[in-house]
Amino acid sequence: MSGGLVVRSVGRRALLVELPDAERTGALHAELLRRRAAGTLPPVAEIVPGARTVLLDGVPEPASLARRLADWDVPLAPPADGDVVTVPVVYDGPDLADVAALWGVAEDEVGALHSSYTYRVAFCGFAPGFGYLTGLPEELHVPRRATPRTRVPAGSVALAGPYSAVYPRATPGGWQIIGTMPDPSVLWDPARERAALLSPGVRVRYQLLSRGSAPDPAPQSPEGLGLPGARGTS
Amino acid sequence: MTTKLTVTRPGALTTIQDAGRQGHAHLGVPRSGALDAPAMDLANRLAGNPEGSAVLETTLTGCALRPDRPVTIVVGGAPCPVTVDGRPVPWGAPVRVPAGAVLDAGPATTGLRSYLAVSGGIEVDPVLGSRATDLLSGLGPDPLTEGAVLPVGRAHPVPVLPAAAPWPAPPAELVLPVRLGPRADWFTQDGLRTFLTAAFTVSAHSNRIGLRTEGPSLERVSEGELPSEGMVLGAVQVPPDGRPVVFLHDHPTTGGYPVIAVVAPEALAAAAQAAPGIPVRFTPSR
Repeated sequence: MSGGLVVRSVGRRALLVELPDAERTGALHAELLRRRAAGTLPPVAEIVPGARTVLLDGVPEPASLARRLADWDVPLAPPADGDVVTVPVVYDGPDLADVAALWGVAEDEVGALHSSYTYRVAFCGFAPGFGYLTGLPEELHVPRRATPRTRVPAGSVALAGPYSAVYPRATPGGWQIIGTMPDPSVLWDPARERAALLSPGVRVRYQLLSRGSAPDPAPQSPEGLGLPGARGTS
Repeated sequence: MTTKLTVTRPGALTTIQDAGRQGHAHLGVPRSGALDAPAMDLANRLAGNPEGSAVLETTLTGCALRPDRPVTIVVGGAPCPVTVDGRPVPWGAPVRVPAGAVLDAGPATTGLRSYLAVSGGIEVDPVLGSRATDLLSGLGPDPLTEGAVLPVGRAHPVPVLPAAAPWPAPPAELVLPVRLGPRADWFTQDGLRTFLTAAFTVSAHSNRIGLRTEGPSLERVSEGELPSEGMVLGAVQVPPDGRPVVFLHDHPTTGGYPVIAVVAPEALAAAAQAAPGIPVRFTPSR
């Protein structure tokens, strides 16, 4: 693969593949999943994308895989036919005014702007099912709050740096909260075949709901996403 | 009818553990599972359980249980006094506990974490293929509380014992073999030398997420955070205070502090038994 791929050893059974940017990282991650599905990837227990890296953990022969990776031809653009998940949002968050000021728009324009982009889950972390979504243009990146909140409610739609996220459950957090997903129980359900709605590689559209309006029954998901009944975890 | 254990003394922190949940790190799910896996495996074997059966993992102060039917229990891992209704019984070997009697695994005399394997295994509902309690993200059963009731699976025949079982002694000094990287280049030559030569001690702030150390601070080439990247079991992460933290089974799956080195996985069982104050050294290995 061209474009400055660096492979670092991590202990005796893992590799960290470092890429120059988020786009190439997403492309390599997609290629790894493609090869694993096709049965052409050597054994790897965990494929964990990060912001600009992909960790391959549980690799019986890391030296051999590292050599092979260098020869891969990875298409830069991830396939456009992947899963798209729609997340309905009421833009009523406590940091809406601050974000509007940072963006230089009126408060009631934040939702229209935020929901006008298509996002992609770059990686997960922090909590099960917590996805870091890229896709917000650089001029709309905002800093974390100076003082984190001790409790951010489940369903909070929030921003920090290049990322956007929806909190699958209540946790402490320092991101700027701009809205609420009315039914966050679909985000994470370990009893479901696909436990996380927002897993790495999934594309996401936010759907602007007016305040007080009834949300759609559930995030619209394509066939094959595996959301039987969208059972809540309470 | 299912045998049930009632928790009469939960101890400081007792969790249900097994081999943990793998294959979900990309969703932000820690692997979890017993910190001293060899101790869990041996306790299970002595109790006649198949590998991977769920056990109890105690922390320093043990725990006590009352079965409603006769059961066989093995207490292993960190050595501790074991009693049934107050009478001393063997540690590290199968003990028959009558219905209604209380088995008490006392405070660890050395080491930190004892393992209680019940013949039949603890059969709480699995989450993502594992019964392990994950203290970072809250998956799996809650830590034990007084009065909690635990279901036990169907007992297996307890094997005939060898005369002695190979329980390793908890360490007086923790020596952790490491391979440098993936982010050793974030540290100065002085920082790397300090890491591989200095005497650290186990911090009292250690837990199932990480073994924290006290000692000298490791000097970095530059400040700042890494973009979040995937973390492995045994990663030695260095937060801004410069003191190495060895990631144990409940570690976060991604993180933004540089990993100076990775501990060989077979050394982590000893790390699980290293009580606060024990000296720690990191030594280079292949």
